[in-house]
Amino acid sequence: MRPFVLVLLFAMFWPECMIFAASDHSEVQSQSSITDRRIDIPEWNDWKRVFLLEDYNTRIVVFGTTLLGMAAGMIGSFALLRKRALMGDALSHATLPGIAIAFIIATGLGLDGKALPVLLVGAAVSGLLGVATILLIRNMTRLKEDAALGIVLSVFFGAGIALLGIVQQMKTGHAAGLESFIYGKTASMVASDAWLIGCAGLSCMLISILLNKELTLLCFDEGFSVSRGFPVVLLDMTLMGLVVVVTIIGLQAVGLILMISLLVIPPLAARFWTEKIVNMTMVAIILGALSGMIGSAMSAIFPNLPSGAMIVLVATAMFLFSMIFGIPRGILIRKLRRYELNRKVNRQHLLRGLYEFLEARGRLKEKQSSESTFVPLSKLLQMRSWSPAKLKKIVKRAQQEQLVVTLQEDQIRLTKAGLLEATRIVREHRLWELYLITYADVAPSKVDQDADAIEHVLEPEVIAELESLLVQQSTEGVLQSPHTIEIHQEEIKARHSSRRRST
Amino acid sequence: MNTKENPTSSQQIELSPEETPVSVYDLTVAYHRKPVIWDVSFEIPPGKLVGIVGPNGAGKSTLIKAIMGLIPKASGRVQIFGKPYQKNRHRVGYVPQRESVDWDFPVDALDVVTMGLYKEIGWCLPVRKKHRARAMEALERVGIADYAHRQISQLSGGQQQRTFLARALVQNADLYLMDEPFAAVDAATEKAIVQILQEMKQAGKTALVIHHDLQTVPEYFDYVILLNMRVIDHGLTEDVFTPENLQKTYGGRLTLLEEATETMRRREQSL
Repeated sequence: MRPFVLVLLFAMFWPECMIFAASDHSEVQSQSSITDRRIDIPEWNDWKRVFLLEDYNTRIVVFGTTLLGMAAGMIGSFALLRKRALMGDALSHATLPGIAIAFIIATGLGLDGKALPVLLVGAAVSGLLGVATILLIRNMTRLKEDAALGIVLSVFFGAGIALLGIVQQMKTGHAAGLESFIYGKTASMVASDAWLIGCAGLSCMLISILLNKELTLLCFDEGFSVSRGFPVVLLDMTLMGLVVVVTIIGLQAVGLILMISLLVIPPLAARFWTEKIVNMTMVAIILGALSGMIGSAMSAIFPNLPSGAMIVLVATAMFLFSMIFGIPRGILIRKLRRYELNRKVNRQHLLRGLYEFLEARGRLKEKQSSESTFVPLSKLLQMRSWSPAKLKKIVKRAQQEQLVVTLQEDQIRLTKAGLLEATRIVREHRLWELYLITYADVAPSKVDQDADAIEHVLEPEVIAELESLLVQQSTEGVLQSPHTIEIHQEEIKARHSSRRRST
Repeated sequence: MNTKENPTSSQQIELSPEETPVSVYDLTVAYHRKPVIWDVSFEIPPGKLVGIVGPNGAGKSTLIKAIMGLIPKASGRVQIFGKPYQKNRHRVGYVPQRESVDWDFPVDALDVVTMGLYKEIGWCLPVRKKHRARAMEALERVGIADYAHRQISQLSGGQQQRTFLARALVQNADLYLMDEPFAAVDAATEKAIVQILQEMKQAGKTALVIHHDLQTVPEYFDYVILLNMRVIDHGLTEDVFTPENLQKTYGGRLTLLEEATETMRRREQSL
C-alpha cells in the first residue's frame, strides 16, 4: 500500500509544477523569488551542457552537492540508527531565525549580509539553540521528546518567517534570496560556497570514519558503551554536532524544510540492500552522492525549480526502487520468499497427508506399484481445508517435481523419491511436535525460525533425546505421531457409524 | 545494615579490599525522588557464583547498573577490587538484558562480540584480524560459532543471549555482571551458560548474576544476595536461601512461597 501512495505523491508533484508554471507565464521574467516557478522546456544543448559539466558554475555546484549528499548519507546512517532523525528535522527548522538575525547584524555592521559563512554561523547558533531548548524541555518538564520537538520546530520556524518578513522591509541591503534557504537554491551558489560545503562535508565524513567503532557501539548498545567507559555524552554530542554541520551546509542547496530527507532517505534506502552497518553506510554515501549530483544537475536545467525538491525527488526515486527491489530486505524479495514458503508448506502437507493416509491403513510397506498405495484425492480434501482447485494445483506441482504420480479417476500415489521425502518430512514434523510438547516454555522462539531441517535449529543432544522419546513410543521403528492421527479417528468414527447403521 | 562492618563477611576469612570483587556500602539509588534501592551493603568473596534474587521491581537491575555507574547513585560507595569502578573497568564484563537493544540493528553476531574489544582496540583504530579471531573463539566457547555471520535478528533468543555472553567473555575479565542471562532461553542455552559459569569459577573468576528462577538457585549459585529494595540477607546459599528469608524477600505471595518451600524440601531430600 505504502509504495503506491508514495508513487502517487511523486506523480502528483510534477503536473502540479507544470500547471503552476503555465498559470505564471504572464509574470515578470526577472523575478527570481521562490514563487516564480516558470519552467522552460530545456533544449538538448542545455542537457548536454549540464550533464557534461561544461559550465564552470555547474561543475562547482554539482561538486558541492555531491559531497554534501555523501556526508549526509554517512552521518544520516548514524543519526537514524541512534534514532535521532527527527532531532535533525527540528534542528534544520530552528536555523531560520538565525539566518535572518545574522543578515540583520551583518548588514547593520556594514558587511555583506548574504555572505554564506555569515548566514551559516547564524544558522548554526540558532539551530543549536533549538536543540538545547528541546533537551531543556525534555529534562526539566515531564513532556516527552516528540512534544518538545514539535514545539521547538514550529516556534523557531514561525519566528524565522516573521523575522524574514521584517528583513524584507529593511531599507539597508536587499534581502531578496534569503527565502531560498527555505526550499534550497543552488543557483546562488558560488565557488567559495561550494568549497565551504565540500570541505565541511569531507571533515564530517572523516570524523565519522575515525569514530566508526565508537558511534556504532553507541547506536547499538548505549548501556554497554557506558560500562566499557566510553564517554557516551561526548559521543552523542559529537554525533549531534555532525548532524548540525551537515544540516547547515545543506541549507543552501536543499533548504531547511527538506534537509531532513537528505539525512534520512539515503540510509533508509540503503538498509534494504544490506544487513551490515559498514555496507549500509557505503550504500547510503553512494545514494546520497547520486541524489546530490543528479538533483543539482536537474535544478541547473530547470533553474526555477527549487533544487531541494529536485534532490529530494531523486533520493525518493532511489528509495522507492530500493524498497521494492532491494535484496535482502525489499518488498519483492520478501513476497517471493513468502510465496515460496507457502508452496513448501503445501507440498509438505500433501506429502504428509499421503504418508499418514497410508500409515493409518498399514500400507506403507507395500510395493509401490500395488493398487493399495493409491490415494483418492477426495480423501486428501477431507484431511486439509483445501479447495479442489487448490489441491489440483498442489498435486500438479508435486507431479512436476516427480514426487507423486497421478492415476485415472483422481487417484494419486507417491513415487519412490516422494516416499523418501515424505518419510523425512513426517519424521521432522513429529520431532518438532514433540519438541513443542517437551520444551513448551521455550519452543515457540525456535519453531518459527522457518527451518524445515530440525538439525539446523536444535542442538544435536536435544534431537537425540527427542528421537529416543519417539522410538520409545513406537514399536515398529516407524516414528509415530505424538498425538493420534486424524485419519485414524475418522476411520474409527466411520466404523462406528457403519456399525450403528448395520444394527 | 547501615554499619560499614558487615556481619556475614566478618565471620569469614578477612579479605583485603583488592581481593574483594565487589563491595557495596550504603548504596541508595532513586529515580524521580522515588528510591529504588535503599542502604544496600554487601561484599562478595572472589571465585564465587553469586545469584541476586528478588521479586520484580526489587531493584536487581538497578543494583547492577549502579555498581557500574550506568545510573547515578543518590548516596553510597561501590568498589571493584578495592578501587572505584572507573579505575577497574577493564576487569569487569557486563551482560545486559537481552531486551535492552534493538536486534534489528545491521550487525552480525561476530560484530557484536567484537564490540567487547573496542575499548582494547583503542580510539579511532580499526578492528583487525586478530580481534575477529578472538571474537570467533568466544563464539565457539558459547557454542554458536556457526551463526557468526548471521544478522542478529535472525538468531533465536538463546543465541542472542549467548552472543551477549560471548561479548563479555572476549574481554577476559575477572568479574562478570549479568542481568537475567537465563530469561526466556532454551534448555540447551541454559545448560551452556551454566557450564560457562562453572568454567569461570574454576578459573577463579567471579560472576554476579540476576536470577529469577528460585528452583535452580541452589543448583547454580554458591552465594546468594536476597534483594527487595534493601538486602534481606546475603551469604553462602545453604545459609541464606531459607524459607524464612524467602518469605521476607517475596512477602506473603502464596505461589512463590509454595515454590520456595518445594525447592527447599527437594534440597533437603537430596542432601
